[in-house]
Amino acid sequence: MQQEAVLAMLAKEPSHGYELRARLRQALGPLGDAMNDGHVYVTLTRLEKAGLVASEQSAGLPDRPDRKVYALTADGQQRVAAWLAEVSWPRPDLAEFHLKLIAAAAAGLADPLAIVGAQRRELLRRLRDAQRAALAEPDGSAAGLLLEGIVLRLQADLRWLEACERNWTPRKDRS
Amino acid sequence: MNDTGASVLGARGLRKEYGKGEGLVRAVDDVDLDVAHGETVAVMGPSGCGKSTLLHLLGGLDRPSGGELWLAGQRLDQMGERGLARLRRTAVGFVFQAFHLMDELTAVENVELPALLAGQPARTARRRASGLLDRVGLTDRAAFLPSALSGGQRQRVAIARALVSDPQVVLADEPTGNLDSRSTMDVLRLFEDLHADGQTLIIVTHDSRIAATADRLISMRDGAFVDETRLTGGSTGNLGALAGLAGLTERDG
Repeated sequence: MQQEAVLAMLAKEPSHGYELRARLRQALGPLGDAMNDGHVYVTLTRLEKAGLVASEQSAGLPDRPDRKVYALTADGQQRVAAWLAEVSWPRPDLAEFHLKLIAAAAAGLADPLAIVGAQRRELLRRLRDAQRAALAEPDGSAAGLLLEGIVLRLQADLRWLEACERNWTPRKDRS
Repeated sequence: MNDTGASVLGARGLRKEYGKGEGLVRAVDDVDLDVAHGETVAVMGPSGCGKSTLLHLLGGLDRPSGGELWLAGQRLDQMGERGLARLRRTAVGFVFQAFHLMDELTAVENVELPALLAGQPARTARRRASGLLDRVGLTDRAAFLPSALSGGQRQRVAIARALVSDPQVVLADEPTGNLDSRSTMDVLRLFEDLHADGQTLIIVTHDSRIAATADRLISMRDGAFVDETRLTGGSTGNLGALAGLAGLTERDG
């Protein structure tokens, strides 16, 4: 994920690191579990070095270890606007898997169907994990929507693997 | 030889053939299967691979051409028609893609029907049916006819009906085949709950979401099992990476 996503979460209002962290947590649900506070601060420090974020010490909270308030700079605001307008989309790396099957079959190194089978098992385990997490989210949760997206992508990948299996089954019989 | 002592359901060399000579179709071809108590098994495969026929054999809806079959400690393949009918009423719960509810009966009447047919007193049957409708989240729809229910609600009624006789095993044939995504989630949640309660489930499906809820996934092709995968215990525990969060969660990302 790009740092702009963290940057954009600051656009609402100047915030403490822990507030930003809470916002990310709410949006990501169980997916944010792997992300510790340190990661957020490392990203903020980088954004600050890049001139996209400015921080100042906030007064009145002497007992909090985290007293810096982070805000977008003018450059940061521009970057967020550009990022929102950007039509990027993560690209699944299907070509690599496709070539793996072709290379395995051509060189006789491995059975493409075995490769497809192993990949399917892995994707089904991921689907199981994602689905469990999705079922555990309450109705209307932001993280639930993200998990739904993961589940749908995995389903699409599994359907493609079915097509791979159909394609490679007769070739295997002929060889 | 009965070596399926610990299992609810077992098959050895199970076969089902149609036609003869050139036209012989081996719908189920030499299948061995053991399903442990409380296990959820999903069977996947392309249309016509024999998975529905297999399910019909396992539930005593159809007779095998050969092989041995046990359910709840009894040999199905040697059982007479009456015994088989009794077993279907008491030991097996069926869930079908097209729901197969009785249109002229209300939800609660549909659910209690198998219990009444099995000879339970009306009051007991009604109490159990109402409890099951509550369990599937349809208490307030008990008096509705199927025509007044959504597809997802009908399937939940059908699942309640499948449970009314407290069956040894629930057999489901494409249970989400006619459902939208949201209703599919409701049915998934229900199957997860049943699984947690120790209900043995065998599900034939095209739907990878349903298959992913299983402990074990069997792939079937041309009437035979071609792959068997245990899905439990293989958790990757890294959902974040699936959502493209890697950049944020790795220190050097």
